[in-house]
Amino acid sequence: MSALDVTDLTVRFGRGAGALVAVDGVNLRVESGGVLGLVGESGSGKSTIARVVAGLRRPSAGTVTVDGRDVTGRRLPARERARLIQMIFQDPYSSLNPRMTVGETIEEALAAREEQDAAARRAGARELLDLVRLKATVAQAYPRQLSGGMRQRVAIARCLAVKPKVIVADEITSALDASVQGSVLNLLRDLRAELGLSMLFISHNLAVVRYLADRIAVMHHGRIVEEGPSDEIVHAPRHEYTATLVGAVPSLDNAGTDVLTRDEP
Amino acid sequence: MTARARLFRAPMTIASLVLVCLFGILAVVAPILWGEEALTARPTELLQGPSAEHLLGTDNLGRDLLLRTLVATRLSLGLAVLATLLAAVAGVLVGGLPAVLGGRVQRTFGAVINTWLAFPVLLLAMLVAILLGAGTTTAVLALVLTMTPSFARLAQTLASRVGGSEYLAAARMLGVSRRRQFTRYVLPNIAEPVIVNVTISIGGGLLALSSLSFLGVGVQPPDYDWGRLLKDGFAQVYNSPTAVIGPAVAVVLAGVAFGALGESLAGHLRGQDHGHTGGRRGPAPGPGPGSGPDGGQPSTPDTLLEVDGLSVAFPGEHGWVRPVRDVSLTIRAGEIVGVAGESGSGKSVTMMAIAQLSAPGAEVAARTLRFGDEDLTLLRGRALRGALTGVGVVFQDSLTALNPAMRVGAQLAEVPRTQRGVARRQANRDAVAALDAVAIPDPARRAGQFPHELSGGMRQRALIAMSQIGRPSLIIADEPTTALDVTVARRVMRLLRRECDRTGAAVLVSSHDIAVLGELCQRVLVMYAGRVVEDVPVDALRDPARLAHPYTRALVAALPDLDSDRDAPLATIPGEPPDPADPAPGCGFAARCALATDRCRAEVPELTGHRHGGRVACWHPQDREVVRS
Ligand SMILES: Nc1ncnc2c1ncn2[C@@H]1O[C@H](COP(=O)(O)OP(=O)(O)O)[C@@H](O)[C@H]1O
Ligand code: SF4
Ligand SMILES: [Mg+2]
Repeated sequence: MSALDVTDLTVRFGRGAGALVAVDGVNLRVESGGVLGLVGESGSGKSTIARVVAGLRRPSAGTVTVDGRDVTGRRLPARERARLIQMIFQDPYSSLNPRMTVGETIEEALAAREEQDAAARRAGARELLDLVRLKATVAQAYPRQLSGGMRQRVAIARCLAVKPKVIVADEITSALDASVQGSVLNLLRDLRAELGLSMLFISHNLAVVRYLADRIAVMHHGRIVEEGPSDEIVHAPRHEYTATLVGAVPSLDNAGTDVLTRDEP
Repeated sequence: MTARARLFRAPMTIASLVLVCLFGILAVVAPILWGEEALTARPTELLQGPSAEHLLGTDNLGRDLLLRTLVATRLSLGLAVLATLLAAVAGVLVGGLPAVLGGRVQRTFGAVINTWLAFPVLLLAMLVAILLGAGTTTAVLALVLTMTPSFARLAQTLASRVGGSEYLAAARMLGVSRRRQFTRYVLPNIAEPVIVNVTISIGGGLLALSSLSFLGVGVQPPDYDWGRLLKDGFAQVYNSPTAVIGPAVAVVLAGVAFGALGESLAGHLRGQDHGHTGGRRGPAPGPGPGSGPDGGQPSTPDTLLEVDGLSVAFPGEHGWVRPVRDVSLTIRAGEIVGVAGESGSGKSVTMMAIAQLSAPGAEVAARTLRFGDEDLTLLRGRALRGALTGVGVVFQDSLTALNPAMRVGAQLAEVPRTQRGVARRQANRDAVAALDAVAIPDPARRAGQFPHELSGGMRQRALIAMSQIGRPSLIIADEPTTALDVTVARRVMRLLRRECDRTGAAVLVSSHDIAVLGELCQRVLVMYAGRVVEDVPVDALRDPARLAHPYTRALVAALPDLDSDRDAPLATIPGEPPDPADPAPGCGFAARCALATDRCRAEVPELTGHRHGGRVACWHPQDREVVRS
């Protein structure tokens, strides 16, 4: 069974002849409990897809369904859409309200779950902080008092609070240090096992995507050029562009060699 | 809190705050104390000049003018505050609400505000006066109508920033109601500048209301405000010139007090935004006890850059903070050296100190800072600038590193023009050639474009071109690829490497991704908590068993690659890096190091030569067993 279905999605910016086709007839499917990775260089249309799926943008054509329900239409009430889909953003510095404490931010999300009792919400927030491996005392902190990695954990907790059917994660580790990235990836991997999350995981780094995703879709100039099981995509790419992406992943195995200057003009 | 404490120590703030408070107290008590007396007519003392009894004289009914001025404080200030607050509320609603109501509403309201702003103020006031007749309500209403659009514009600018923010997008996705989006997300994030603006505007509003009363459109007798008093005083100005002094001084003083208070609050907010640090707190500590002049690498004849005992300190909230301590490194001509480490480890501060581009207020100290034949610690002014033409700098954020208002080509041409006095034509040709050299397609057209018209990768290339155009022998590149995706980053690195092979320039380049540096560099310096902890030839990175420092090993292990085991967690480094304002004794990594001993926690390990051909600062280097076997 699929959790998320994107069908013939097209997004145009501008009108007429000068219009830019950012997403061009894209089909994607996230299995229930599965993680689909979406890779491609910046400008290829990944974030546009994420925003449409999350309901922050309307598509020019095509449909997005979660659990069989169309989430692109205007008729879906906001609270219901909230429980179908949530998004985690790239920059944890700008995705948290600087004027709300961590506790308030998470409780806000619990309220979206129709949790009306304030005491229950506070307890819920504490549980969620624990789930993302943060101390309960973090609830009183403001975002500026936390490190980048901690903020991203808060953003993940906010998303989990709603228990959405599908999570869209857009470049959530690319603003983080290499060493912090590892702990966020570990967290998502554990949460996936614990909670059976269904996720669309977007990154420009194939090594990062491969670590979490069962299947990978490769995007280039608004189109999906290849889709398949992660290890096949990485170790036996069929499309030329996929091979370029594989070659672009910096690797310690290349340290001290001239691989960098050897390939490509 | 200390920032707030600092604000209230500024003389200007104190003076204006005291004045505003005095006016506030007057507005409350004056009518109670002297309200009756100010109305008492004295038929025997009409139009008197100043006397001991009536310090500012009396008016044409024999009323005391000083008392009338004091009592008028309440009405004058009250109306100004009322009008400003009404305008602020209306402005924030008109300008701020569209942020949560969506694009179309935003555009409509924007057009409304623009038209409104363009409407002549005086005409508006006249219109209101004609429609409603002269009176207090008219004056206040006219003022509200004229002040609202500027508040709306301010609120609109601030709110559109919040409206485009991801935290508001996240709230929308949670299904948070529009009203709550406005009160909980938009308002708190625009409040401070609006409050500052209200304070400033009260001063202006006071002047405007007084003018209206003075013209006879505002407050009507028997009520009186300062403007009305001025009007009545002016009528008698030939008989008793002192009559205008009281209200005139009051209006000016109150106007200036509110304006000044607002301005100093605004200045404080701006300072906060820029991470302003306060004044100096005593002398900066010199470079700490370190490895001494002989602790670094021996300098060979082809040494291009030699740094020893480099420390950088900044004034902090509680004394000096030293994020870079006792750094020593050498770079040979043509060598590409990387600087790795997590953010806050001191990479940027180190590199900017070497390029003599430290932030204002920083204290840079070094035992040796030698570039080519020049000792940079001894040079000043022109001689220093001359020596530094041999250094090219590439910044991380290509958008802020380029002047947004200047065409790319013109910015590149600046370098040869100012450094070598090259004529403009030739400099422009050089600029286009430099853009061509970094493989920017259609370089002549790109040279005529502004920075924002180029993509991130292309801007970063333009920056590299700019760093090359002065023909430097050393390029300092601070995280040149961090903001880019892997594909573009790779192109930029390849370019950097090729340019150096071509020109023979040496490079000092930083990144938080050690794998990136491994492919680009010959040697990598690993920084932790402001110190170089390992200086390692890159071929050792291929075989992690050869790495000596536990932190370098952790950095390497944390990176996922295309063969990482998906069923096992990635290696991570527990804990957080230490706060540079609160350094612990001993090895900076001890709190997070599984191998830490008492010695680690007490003594700082020196950076000394190591068997892998580099240097290590660790009491228990980890490559021992491997080498023995
Ligand atoms: N202008 C400054 N004033 C005060 N502290 C600063 C300034 N610039 C950098 N720092 C501090 O110096 C430390 C090292 O910063 P930085 O060199 O930017 O690290 P990196 O480049 O490795 O990320 C940080 O704690 C940072 O807050
Ligand atoms: S000196 Fe001690 S604490 Fe520091 S890295 Fe080496 S073993 Fe770890
Ligand atoms: Mg930096």
